[in-house]
Amino acid sequence: MSNFFTDNPDLKFHLNHPLMKKIVALKERNFADRDKYDYAPVDFEDTMDSYERVLEVVGEICGDIIAPNAEDIDAEGPEVRDNHVKYAKGTEINLEAIRKAGLMGITLPRKYGGLNFSIVPYTMAADMVSRADAAFVNIWGLQDCAETIHEFASEEQKDRYLPRFCQGETGAMALTEPDAGSDLQSVQLKAAYDEEKDQWYLNGVKRFITNGDGDISLVLARSEEGTKDGRGLSMFIYDNKKYHTTKVRRIEHKLGIIGSPTCELVYRNTPAELVGSRRMGLIRYVMSLMNGARLGIAAQSVGIAEAAYREALAFAKEREQFGRPVIQFPAVYEMLSVMKSKLDASRSLLYETARFVDVYKAWFHISNERPLEKEERQEMKKYQQLADAYTPLAKGLASEICNRIAYDALQIHGGSGFMKDYPIERIYRDARITSIYEGTTQLQVVAAIAGIARGTLLKQIREYEETKIKPELHTYRRVLVSMTEEFEHAAEKVHETENKEFIDFHARRLVEMAGNIIMGYLLLLDTNRESRFWKSLEVFVRNARAENRERAEFIMISSINDLGRFKQEEN
Amino acid sequence: MKNFKIIVLAKQVPDTRNVGKDAMKEDGTVNRAVLPAIFNPEDLNALEQALRIKDKYPGSTVTLLTMGPPRAAEIIREGLYRGADNGYLLTDRAFAGSDTLATSYALSRAIMKIGDFDFILAGRQAIDGDTAQVGPQVAEKLGVPQVTYAEEIVDIKKNKAVVRRRLEKGVETVESVFPLLITVTGTAPACRPRNAKLIMKYKRATTISERQNVSEDYIFMYDDRPFLNLPEWNVGDIEAEPERLGLSGSPTKVKKVENVVFQAKEAKVLEADNQSIEWLMKELISNHTLG
Repeated sequence: MSNFFTDNPDLKFHLNHPLMKKIVALKERNFADRDKYDYAPVDFEDTMDSYERVLEVVGEICGDIIAPNAEDIDAEGPEVRDNHVKYAKGTEINLEAIRKAGLMGITLPRKYGGLNFSIVPYTMAADMVSRADAAFVNIWGLQDCAETIHEFASEEQKDRYLPRFCQGETGAMALTEPDAGSDLQSVQLKAAYDEEKDQWYLNGVKRFITNGDGDISLVLARSEEGTKDGRGLSMFIYDNKKYHTTKVRRIEHKLGIIGSPTCELVYRNTPAELVGSRRMGLIRYVMSLMNGARLGIAAQSVGIAEAAYREALAFAKEREQFGRPVIQFPAVYEMLSVMKSKLDASRSLLYETARFVDVYKAWFHISNERPLEKEERQEMKKYQQLADAYTPLAKGLASEICNRIAYDALQIHGGSGFMKDYPIERIYRDARITSIYEGTTQLQVVAAIAGIARGTLLKQIREYEETKIKPELHTYRRVLVSMTEEFEHAAEKVHETENKEFIDFHARRLVEMAGNIIMGYLLLLDTNRESRFWKSLEVFVRNARAENRERAEFIMISSINDLGRFKQEEN
Repeated sequence: MKNFKIIVLAKQVPDTRNVGKDAMKEDGTVNRAVLPAIFNPEDLNALEQALRIKDKYPGSTVTLLTMGPPRAAEIIREGLYRGADNGYLLTDRAFAGSDTLATSYALSRAIMKIGDFDFILAGRQAIDGDTAQVGPQVAEKLGVPQVTYAEEIVDIKKNKAVVRRRLEKGVETVESVFPLLITVTGTAPACRPRNAKLIMKYKRATTISERQNVSEDYIFMYDDRPFLNLPEWNVGDIEAEPERLGLSGSPTKVKKVENVVFQAKEAKVLEADNQSIEWLMKELISNHTLG
């Protein structure tokens, strides 16, 4: 049996990034828990050792239990029984293993029974679980809901709900409705306050809710009668274990991630608790919830891509045509090398983003415990901006790369890949959702272009550029510097029009260009730390340079007047 | 609510499930250097049964007992990571070369020293020796009843345990008074995974002999966190008679060890009729390819 942590040395490499020293010190508040909890670390090395050991358990469970169950879960799927979800048998087995191993509430503080891990190792666990079963990771990953409760709920609510997550109860984020998908401002589900009973009640319908029948859900609802936009929405906790009154009307029949129940829910006088302040539901809390979830989807994308790449590589080595393994043909080995380079690039972007989120979140929680010093505030702000800019970038790019890798991995299998006989067809179907949910790629671009307009991304690119690297890597840096110039020209040309439609039109091209430069630099810095990334760096930069040239070319010959030619509805 | 004292016998064994060409030395003994040392698989099944009793009857305690070289302390840590409460390592040069008789003698002495117990659980057999003798012999020496080949402890009544056994031709459910020794087969549920918090809690748990290798930075922890001290017992500690241990206490003498390589020389051609199919089914069941 394989261990998904030890069989992939890239994980350990990313875990041991130099910034972890800062992250661990912040997360552990200089190891204040060491005398209070018998499992708390006493110093940095001790913490990293614990991260590694626990990730090894995750890797073992992924290899021995979750991955082998994936095929059956995909075939069986969950079902609705008496208005509630019944998971596939394998899902129950997976959950039991995860609970016994204590892998719920990973990032929560020890006082609630959590492991108090930073986001980097948590993301790494998500990376592995996704490789094992992209459907199961959704159920496991909804422990993210606990993070939102931890950030915004009252102390009393935290005391009641967070220990339950740590003991293995599952969550759900009930946001989407039939008429409120990407546009959450249109949420209709009604929340009414009964003064006599001092209780909120929910009425309405939610749709496309992952793990909708989870034990504890966060529900976005309209608490302010007569309002129509996001400012009338509040966030609620619904305790499904206690009330069990929400009805699952149906589970969607999906292309992929079949093991993850996607529910339509009916709320009828369902009791719920307000989280934080009224009217802040969408504006503040959902934004935070979504950012966490987006990082989760980026991890899911990287994990699925890892699974797809491994399937393709193994098949290409084994399958013989014309008297030799197909991996020896240029058309195939090039595909594999591009897949590997993009896999490595997207994983590097994922963990860079996770580190930024880690530093920001740690300061955020510290700021709730004590006032921050001026420099601390500045650092929090810096990392908040980086986290905000990188999260949509990582989600958008990693999910697109994942889809590309899954597509090529199936292609390498030839006709066999189209059959149910190989895992790649399931992986290919599972990959498809990553660029859609938690905000489509098109919406990630809208968020990421802000990072370009504000200069956050360019500033960070300059920081990479100034990092000291080994002399033999200078040629790659020169290429990346010239790609940055090209990008700046293109961005300037687009932004100087000050025309929103024109900016939106080219936004994806600009975001992808910036993403390619950033991923190129990250691979450069990875190679600087460990030379084995050199091949991926080489292949990635060659492709990225060509891709960016194409996009720059398109932008440079485009003008506002051209837009009409792209509009089909006016034909 | 009742609670029980449970002792789990566990052995560190070379992983003989994936042996390569160099698994045996020229003199016919196992080449331990190339085989990873693991928790004997059926002992893990036994540990799971013990932990399930503890799940059902909180307050019960699970104590591991292992005999082996100093590095076998790893078995105790592996047990603690999964939910055992404590463990003892029996280690002494005088134990070296013990056969099942000497081993069961040493283990029974250690159990007497541990004291009261309700259940002793052990794997049916270890994958290095495959004798399935140690469990039953320990029961004999302690004078307690034994149930072998157990698959599940179905129920614990006032003074009796109900155990389901997996036998060659079916299952059998038996009752026995306890204290009781039970050996568990590999068909019993697999052991639960290691638990994240317990790993962090016990990862530095060491015996006195291992302590020499602990970095000075962490030595202070052994005072602060007493559960990190794993007890290590020698012959004197268990008050055993030296002549009943090791080679002198072992009547079993290994005459010769052969490295048997299976060859597919023998072939049997079957007709496509019911009789042949029935013969084949029986053959596959009897050599455990099926069932």
